[in-house]
Amino acid sequence: MNPEIISNLPALQVVIPLLGALVCALLRRGSAAWFLTMLICLIMPVISIYLLVSVLDSGPISYSMGGWAPPFGIEYKVDVFNAFILVLVSSIGAVVLPYARLSVASEIKPEDRSWFYAMFLLCLTGLLGITITGDAFNAFVFLETSSLSTYVLIAMGRDRRALLAAYQYLILGSIGATFYIIGVGIIYTLTGTLNFADLAARIPEIEQTRSILAAAAFIVVGISLKFALFPLHVWLPNAYAYAPSTVSAFLASTATKVALYLLIRFLFSIFGIEIVTDKLALTDILIILSLAAMLGASTVAIFQHDVKRLFAYSSVAQIGYITLGIALANQAGLTGSLVHIFNHAIIKGALFLAVGAVVYRIGSAEIDDFSGLGKKMPVTMGCLLIGGLGLIGVPGTAGFISKWYLAVGAIDAGYIWLVFLLVLSSLLALIYVGRIVEVVWFRDPGPNLDGVKEAPLSLLLPAAAMAAATIYFGIETSQSVGIAAQAVETLLGLAK
Amino acid sequence: MKLDLILRVTTKLLLPFILMFAFYVQFHGDFGPGGGFQAGAMVAAMVFLYSITYGLPAAQNAVPPGLAQMMIPVGVLIYTGVGVYAMFNGGQFLNYSVLTEDAPHAQALGILLVESGVLITVAGTFVSIFYVFAGRGR
Repeated sequence: MNPEIISNLPALQVVIPLLGALVCALLRRGSAAWFLTMLICLIMPVISIYLLVSVLDSGPISYSMGGWAPPFGIEYKVDVFNAFILVLVSSIGAVVLPYARLSVASEIKPEDRSWFYAMFLLCLTGLLGITITGDAFNAFVFLETSSLSTYVLIAMGRDRRALLAAYQYLILGSIGATFYIIGVGIIYTLTGTLNFADLAARIPEIEQTRSILAAAAFIVVGISLKFALFPLHVWLPNAYAYAPSTVSAFLASTATKVALYLLIRFLFSIFGIEIVTDKLALTDILIILSLAAMLGASTVAIFQHDVKRLFAYSSVAQIGYITLGIALANQAGLTGSLVHIFNHAIIKGALFLAVGAVVYRIGSAEIDDFSGLGKKMPVTMGCLLIGGLGLIGVPGTAGFISKWYLAVGAIDAGYIWLVFLLVLSSLLALIYVGRIVEVVWFRDPGPNLDGVKEAPLSLLLPAAAMAAATIYFGIETSQSVGIAAQAVETLLGLAK
Repeated sequence: MKLDLILRVTTKLLLPFILMFAFYVQFHGDFGPGGGFQAGAMVAAMVFLYSITYGLPAAQNAVPPGLAQMMIPVGVLIYTGVGVYAMFNGGQFLNYSVLTEDAPHAQALGILLVESGVLITVAGTFVSIFYVFAGRGR
């Protein structure tokens, strides 16, 4: 490859989808916009995997935007941790997009389709940007880019309630962004810098001040709203339930994960473990909230009638697992968190893609309409089953691996009782997945399923790919766990 | 619709001056407060004033909604285009210094180009939003 392209890869990772979004907005033709978006979504993982491989080989890559050297200019910094997330986000984009063509054609008006793809690419730009940037304000800009485009994407759902869900998310998302920017404002006033590495170097000097604690609190609450930590999750179920199927699958796998990345980045690379655990007692609060999410949201999920809403509540619960690992803040626990970010993205991707295929065929996600669907759409329901097993954490699926590391982390931290609660939460997952399995496989097809066929191949393949990945990463863990463990070593090494 | 003569003539007289001042703010952005955003808002304000006195159809005749919507991505495309051009001329994304031979001159040129992109996008966005609100209930 051209050396100019190689040296500019960190910028291209964000610039290519941005350019694509602009061209899609000008194209005004749905099919052409899809084709361009597909092309870009195929290029993105190539760049991110190249970045990951070169980071693993030769250490972090730093890129100065506009030629202004850090810490004065905006720095794009790729290390093992964010390269891992970049690969995740870009690959999910590449898997979801082939699915989008038919699904979007059935759910979105023809004149809106090119706008849909423009917004999708803007959202991808924002998510990749948050992940790759090494600048607190730049992260805010990308946070807003991804959030604003997400509001539009959700509002495009076929149900009128989608508009209300998007509005609810808009209000809460804006409050989250405001909290984040207030926090960043405070640390900027205290330190005079926005660069992540520079902040990490300067914060120990002002650790004694109360303002830095206020800043940390604002930032943590702001980001927590974005990834739907338990009491701040109210926007999520409606947003996922009423968004177009493609959007539900994409957001559930990426948006919350990227916000979690930003939280881990702030807690471990910038504020440092001392402020987080000793001064703010944040880890204790996080453990309580994580448990509330794992048990509370799973219980609510059991009583849902809409399968998409059910999985949305299950997402809130699974985010609880990830924050639990963050709160444990030891090698095994944090590895469990990072691996669960990855595994949950795949599992939820498989589930939402499978449900989307059902919506495409029968036009409903109500659990009663699913009865006997296992006989009509065996492959789609097979993906749903594998994803469900992953949620429960059955050995042999990806979900088991991350829960194993979380359990080890809990024991290492001396909280043996946490392991029992982890198992309890898995039992709750067993109930809500079991409910779907019962309806799908053990009931006779209702009259609404007459003439319903298996989903078309372009919907089936992405869902099957995610389901296959759920099993693959449940057995072969050297990539997912290996890279996550390496990222955690650097994160905890920085914290010391 | 019957129009007040004084209002109509004053508006027509004001329009070129608003545009002129918008461009002053745009080009003076290098030396003092101002720049693409403010200038774009003024360009949009000119369309609003015209629309308020002459009615929405007349304004949409002068600045078609399709054009206003088109301006939104085009402006950002100019901005990113400058960045990508710099990238393929040996600099980083948005490194203006490589745009021409003389680095300080190139910086001035780069900012001007980028700010013109901002002007186009901001004006297009404001006018589009105005059209949507003004067109409601018709």
